[in-house]
This record gives sequence, structure tokens and C-alpha cells, in this order.
Amino acid sequence: MRKKTFLALLGGLSFFIIAATVFVLITGDNAVLNPKGEIAQKQFDLIVFATALSLLVILPVFALTIYVSIKYRASKKPVDYQPDWDHSKKAETMWWGIPIFIIIILSVVTWKSTHELDPFRPIQSTKEPLEIQVVSLQWKWLFIYPEYNIASVNYAQIPVDRPVKFVLTSDAPMNSFWIPQLGGMIYTMTGMSTQLHLIANETGTYNGVSSNISGPGFADMRFTVDSTAESEFYDWTQTSKPTLAQLDTTTYNELRKPSIPPNPTLFYLKEEDLYWKIMERYTHSSHKYHHGSNIKNESSSESSEHSGGHH
Amino acid sequence: MLGKLNLDALPYDPIAIGGAISLIGGTIGIAALLTYKKRWGWLYKEWLTSLDAKKIGIMYIVVATLMLLRGLMDAAMLRGQTAIASGENSGYLTSDHFQQMFSAHGTIMIFFVAMGLMFGLINLVLPLMLGARDVAFPFLNSVSFWLFFAGMALVNTSLIIGEFSAAGWLAYPPLSGLEYSPGVGVDYWIWSLQIAGIGSLLSGINFITTILKMRAPGMTLMKMPIFAWSVLTSMMLVVTAFPVLTVTLGLLSLDRLLGTNFFTTTLGGDPMMYVNLIWAWGHPEVYILILPAFGIFSEIVATFSRKRLFGYKSMVIALLAIAVLSYIVWLHHFFTMGAGPNVNAFFGIMTMIIAIPTGVKVFNWLFTMYRGSIDFKNPMIWFLGFVMTFTIGGMTGVMMSVPAIDFQMHNSMFLVAHFHNMIIGGVVFGYIAGFIYWFPKIFGFRLHEKLGTYVVGAWLIGFLLAFLPLYILGLKGATRRLDHYDSSLGWQWLFIISAIGVGVILLGVGLQLLQLYVSIKQRHKLRDTNGDPWNGRTLEWSTPSPAPFYNFAKLPSVTHRDEFWERKRSKSKPDASPYEDIELPRNTPDGIIIAGMAGAVGFALIWHIWWLAALGLIGCIVILIRRSIINPGEIIIPAAAIKAYENQLLKRTRS
Repeated sequence: MRKKTFLALLGGLSFFIIAATVFVLITGDNAVLNPKGEIAQKQFDLIVFATALSLLVILPVFALTIYVSIKYRASKKPVDYQPDWDHSKKAETMWWGIPIFIIIILSVVTWKSTHELDPFRPIQSTKEPLEIQVVSLQWKWLFIYPEYNIASVNYAQIPVDRPVKFVLTSDAPMNSFWIPQLGGMIYTMTGMSTQLHLIANETGTYNGVSSNISGPGFADMRFTVDSTAESEFYDWTQTSKPTLAQLDTTTYNELRKPSIPPNPTLFYLKEEDLYWKIMERYTHSSHKYHHGSNIKNESSSESSEHSGGHH
Repeated sequence: MLGKLNLDALPYDPIAIGGAISLIGGTIGIAALLTYKKRWGWLYKEWLTSLDAKKIGIMYIVVATLMLLRGLMDAAMLRGQTAIASGENSGYLTSDHFQQMFSAHGTIMIFFVAMGLMFGLINLVLPLMLGARDVAFPFLNSVSFWLFFAGMALVNTSLIIGEFSAAGWLAYPPLSGLEYSPGVGVDYWIWSLQIAGIGSLLSGINFITTILKMRAPGMTLMKMPIFAWSVLTSMMLVVTAFPVLTVTLGLLSLDRLLGTNFFTTTLGGDPMMYVNLIWAWGHPEVYILILPAFGIFSEIVATFSRKRLFGYKSMVIALLAIAVLSYIVWLHHFFTMGAGPNVNAFFGIMTMIIAIPTGVKVFNWLFTMYRGSIDFKNPMIWFLGFVMTFTIGGMTGVMMSVPAIDFQMHNSMFLVAHFHNMIIGGVVFGYIAGFIYWFPKIFGFRLHEKLGTYVVGAWLIGFLLAFLPLYILGLKGATRRLDHYDSSLGWQWLFIISAIGVGVILLGVGLQLLQLYVSIKQRHKLRDTNGDPWNGRTLEWSTPSPAPFYNFAKLPSVTHRDEFWERKRSKSKPDASPYEDIELPRNTPDGIIIAGMAGAVGFALIWHIWWLAALGLIGCIVILIRRSIINPGEIIIPAAAIKAYENQLLKRTRS
């Protein structure tokens, strides 16, 4: 095959693959691009905005590459060949200037959105947020509802349209807590308490995962989140507690052993401050070593304020 | 006596045994071939003990190519696994083996392929470009290479004896700590990087000195070829970033060997500190790799457009800006760790600022082509592939630099696609293009052009097929490093396309090997007769091909940025001054011995064989002291011999 034909085919095929990718992205059911809550929606809007802004540079680059490649190919003996033309103040000012301008716009948007969508920041709502404590274990997620004295493994139910405040730690290697359709992720770490404020604005079932490797069973660290009507959620929390297995320090120590539970389980939470006891396993011994951030997190456990939770 | 080492360290599952056997078989095969051809003496005298930068460069590239094959096999196994491990089917790899494999893949591709190709290419052409006979410290150069080799050997030893780390290519604690990784895998990871890393640091010092002190008379910094600038900025990053890696790995190994608590979860240990430190090295590392690739493309675009590089000053400023900025963006690798919004926003904005100088470089390349007369030889086609893939990667990079967006993409397949986009589309494409471009200078003949065009085709299509589906998978909620997934998620078809893409890349690599074979067969037809096959612009093309071992019979003096191009244009007469004696460093096995000892120390520390560690360390120090006291001196090649050799070269050119 002639080189020119081959290159044209190659370029065509490349653009076809790129176009097919864009098509699947737009039309397929892609979790991040199919948001079901305010936070995920705002993050989706940002993705669209940043993409559009980048395309302002990228499309001209593509067009220019094709144009100069065709127009100035040696076989065509370009008439305006100028081997010594190596600078142009005007042109260079333009391509330092335009990207700077675009990045300034993006920077302003970044500064604002980083504050607005800070995972530690409570969501503005007329409803009180629901607090769920989350502990990542090898290889499962423990959800604790201190208000309702229940806990569950690999399953969470949340009321629709009510903000949820996840308070998260780990009793295992670092993990990352992610429910793509509700919004971005946050790390869970031993002796640290991070926060993630999310909300579901539609009822439905959403997938959750760990996105950070934490040992051989990590691929199975999946959980589901059901967003239901407030009344349905209330019924769930009132499940006949006497019939449930109890979760206290002893049963928790059993639970924390490495395992992949086949099904979600529900517990009656016997020890209301279990979450903080898990935290203490790592922070207690570090008191005398003055590990500032741990202590700060611990002491701020009562106030759910945004600033206290940071390290 | 042998520490933790016993027979249990040998592999037991069939796939691991297969890996071990192919490695041992390959090694025995090469050794048998050398014995059969009676080439051991030749190998030792001409290559292993050589201090000639060009030969060291070739050895780097040979090792890096072998490691590329290994890394690709890992990649093929990984994507093969994810292509079938949907739902009930758990694939052919256990999760532990899968995790070892991606940890090895990342480690090998960055440290032993990308770094190896980079140091190889720099060794091949930097002295030639600067009009110098060698690097500043030829012996140190040999030590660097052999330390790199020892690190590589250690990684591969883990295939046969013991296991490799399953904690990812950056081994975050606490997962990489003793509590969760009690085996020797993480230790293999630590010590192979520790040894290779010291080699890299020494290379960095060597190349900076070479650039600052060994340039031909008249070559001011602003008349230096842009590739040399890119190497200078990259090596500045090496000498400042690699000590951070050394210390970080050192602290992690203290945790594992002596039970200290730098990065443990108790007694005041802080795993987050590790993540910060490793990325304080890790982010500059990305730019260490990409800057020389930028330099290579700058040379290629100017040469094949038959035109001066557009905006040389802008290019230099952009290189320096990228180098500086690369130090203040490391936190973008973990926005999700929970730092406050001020911190996250700062690092996000710093990250997107890097897009500015990078974008400027792209426009400068395109305007070098504009009003040029472009000859689309293979290196230039690689450049087109690079522009296409790299800009897509740049776009997804800018997206992820916005922290609120990153929360939705971090640690997902989207991220995996993004960094492969930069590393393959940028670094690998750049190095392959550079290899093709400078190949005739080193070996005396060009690579087969038509086969080369198919190679670009396979790499480009393979790349797009392998990685664009991963972008989609990331947005579907697929996280990285999953060895299996639920079938209800509807991910499988995308993983299958990705696996096909890896197959196409493998085809491309196969074609590359074929291209090499065919080119060697047809070397007489592809002979580079005048030393300047591409109508080049810089000094390396002023020497005959292959470049003689002393590089330049007479050291050139420089008046222009595109010195050789200007000389050709002004039809300047050859230098008529008389030949002079040339001093060249004497071959020495000390580099091999030092690296061998270092490798033994690493192996001993992995298996807790204390006597061997002590012996190796003492050995290293003794050799270094001996080398400092007893200088083997130089070989002097008399002017008459140079003259005779040059005349012979000239005659060959004319015939």
C-alpha cells in the first residue's frame, strides 16, 4: 500500500475510534455521566464545562496539525517554504496568551467549585442531615447508624432528598469510598476521620465501591445504596431489632477479620460509640507521641463542623 | 545462614512457574549462544567493561527493550484476565498474582523501560550533539548503568525466588507495611528501586556536568540544541527528586527491617506522610520522562520540516517553567485524602498552569511545520501520532486537575487511561521516534521505512483501542486494579476491546522486531553513507555513521544554533588543522563489580541474610576506595592513528 493511502486510512480509523468513544460516552449509561444527586450533578456540570473549555484549544490543534501536514508536505513542494522563519512575536504572544486566559477562567471555577464541593462541607438543605458512620474493613464496608442503633455490612439505605453526612475511617489498609452516581470519593484511613456529604435526589439503587487497593479481596468491596422515601427508610431502621445479630466489640472483632461476606447483613448496634472506639485503636497509643492530626480529628468528633475534620 | 530463604520460595502455581521457566530458559539460551559463538571475551572487552557512552547507551536500550517485552506480557495477562473475569468466571489469575502482576508492570515500565530508554538515548547522542567525546564522568556512567542493571536483575529474580510486591507500583503503607505484607515482595520492590535509583541519581549528576562543562567551544547555552536543554531540565529534576525517593524507600525499609514506625498506623506513624513523600518524587518523575521526549520531538520536527525550530526561546522558557511547576503539584495525586479546599484548589490550579507551557510547545512544533517542507519519514509520523494522543491526554489531565472533578475520576480506570495516554502517547512514542531518528548515527544504517510505517499504525490503533475504552469504564464506575467484576455492570465488552487493543500493540512490537531483523538483513541497501541521512541540523550529523568511538577527530567549534545546517548551507570547508592525540578512558570491570555487590546487598536485605549484606557493603566500599587511589589512567590514541582511521572512513564514504 502506498504510504499516503496508509496514513490517510490510519488517520481515518483513529478518528473513527475517537468518535465511537464519544458516542458511547454520550449515549451509554455511564454512572458518572448519569448523576442522581445534587453533588454528582454539579460535578457532572463541571466535567462538561472543563471539557468544552479544553476543546477550545484542542480542536484548533487537531485542525492545524492536519492543515499544515497536508499543505506543507515536501512532495507538494510548498511555495512559501521559509527555512529561516523561526519566530513571530505576535503569534507567540497569542499562544501564550490564549491558554493563560483559558486557565484563568478555569482557575476561578476551580477555586469556587473546590470550596463549594468540598466533601467536608455540609449540604444546604431544610432537612437535618442523616449521619452514617462508615468503616472500611478487609474486605467489606461497615455502615453504622448511631441515631437508629443499627449497622449493616455492604448495604446502606438513605432517605431521598435528605443530605447524608458520611463520617469515615478504616480498620484496614487505606480504602476509598465511592458512590459514582451520588458524587465523588474520599479516602478512609486508620485513626483518621474523613467526611463526605452526599445527597440522592431520586429514589433508586446505586452501586458503591472501594477504589483503593487494600489486599487480595479488594475487588469484592462492593456495596449498594438504596435511596428510598423517608417513610420507607424509617420502616427499615425500625426492623425488628430483637431478631438481629448484635454488634458489640466482641462481634465486631469477629467481623473485622479478613473475609468477603457473600450477602449484606444487618446488625443491632449494641455499642453506640463503636465508631470512635475503632478510631481509638489507632489514636489512643499515639497520644503521648502527639500525633496532632489524629487528636484533632478525635476531639472534633462531637462538632460536625467542616473545619474540624481536616488534617 | 540463608535468612528467610528456603525451598518454599520457589514458585508453585503453573503461571508463575511458566514465568520462571521462560526467564531461566531465556537466560540460558543467551548464554549458550554466546558460548557457541565464542563471544564471551568479545562481550566482556567490547561491551560490559566499556566506558564509551554510545556503547553504554546501546546496553541501556537492549535491557529496556527486554524489559518492555516483559512489561507487555504482564499487560497482556492483566487485560486478558479482565476480559474474561466477569461474574462467575474468576479468570486464570488469583487476585494475589494479579496484584503482583500490575505492581510489577508499573514498576518495570517506569523504572526499567522508560528510564532505561531515556538514559540510553541520552548516552547515545548527548555528547555527539554537544560536540564532546564522552560524558563528563565515563566511569560513573558505567556504574550508573550497572546499578540500573542490578535493580532490573533483582526485580526479575522475584519471578523465580519468592514473590513480588502486591501493593501497587508505589506501595502505599499501611498495605505495604509488615502487618499487611509480611512476605518478601515489598522488599524486592524497595531494594530494586533503591539500587536503580542511586544509578539514576548518579546519571543525573553526570549529564548535568556534561552539559555545563563539555560543550564545544562557541556553543553558548542559548546555542545548544533543544534536546540538550530538555535533558538539562530533566536531569535537574533527577538530582533533586531522586534523593527524596531514596529517603522515602529508606524509611519504609527501616519500618520493615527494624520495626520503626515512620509509616505504620500506630505509635505515631503516619502513612499519609509516605504518600506525600513518594509523590514529591513521583510527580517530578513524570516530567523527568516527558521532557527529553519533548526535546526529541523538537529535533525531529525541525529536521523533517527543513526549517529552524520555531520559538526556541519560548521552548527553553517552557521547559524551565514545566520543570519548576512539576515540584508544586504533587498533591493532585491525592485530592481525595481530605486536605482542605484551599490546599486542594492551590494544587489544582498549579496543575492546570502546566498546561500553558505544554500547549505553547505544541503550537511551536506546529509552527515549525508551518512554512516548512515536511518530509514524512517515520519519526515525523510518530510525531503526528504523539500530537493526537498527547492532546487527548492533556485534556483529560486538565479535567482531573479540577479537584471536584477528580473526586469522580480518581483511582478509576479513567485515571489509568489518562496516565497511559501521557506515558505511551508522550514518552514511549517520543523515545521510539528518537530511536529511529538516531539509529543510523549509531549503527550506520537506517531502519526499514515501510515496515516502520506499519509499526506506527499498530501502536497508534492499539493504543486507542486499549485505552479509550478504559476512559468509558472509569466513568461507568470501574476502579483500577480489579481482578474481577460483577457481570451485571455491563463492563465486559469494553474490557474485551481493551484486551484486543493490547493485542494490536503486541503486533506493533512484533513488527518492530521484524523491522529490526529486516533492516539488519538489508543493511547494505539502507547504509547511511555520508553520516547525514535525514539532512540534519545539529553536530551529531557532522560525524560519519556509525560515529567513531572517539566521536570527533577534531573537536568542532560552534557559531550557530543549527551549526551543521549552517555549515552545509555556507558550504564551509572542512577543518584543515592537524590531527591531535586523543585521550580516552580505559575499560574497567569496576562498575560491574560495584553493582554486583550492590545487588547482593539488596538480595541479602530482602532475605535477611545479614552476613552477605555486610560483605557486599564492605566490598562496595573497598572497590570505591581502590578506584580512588589507583587510577587506571587513559588510553592515548596517537594523531597518526586517528588520521589513518579518518582517511579510511572517508574512503568508505566515497566508494
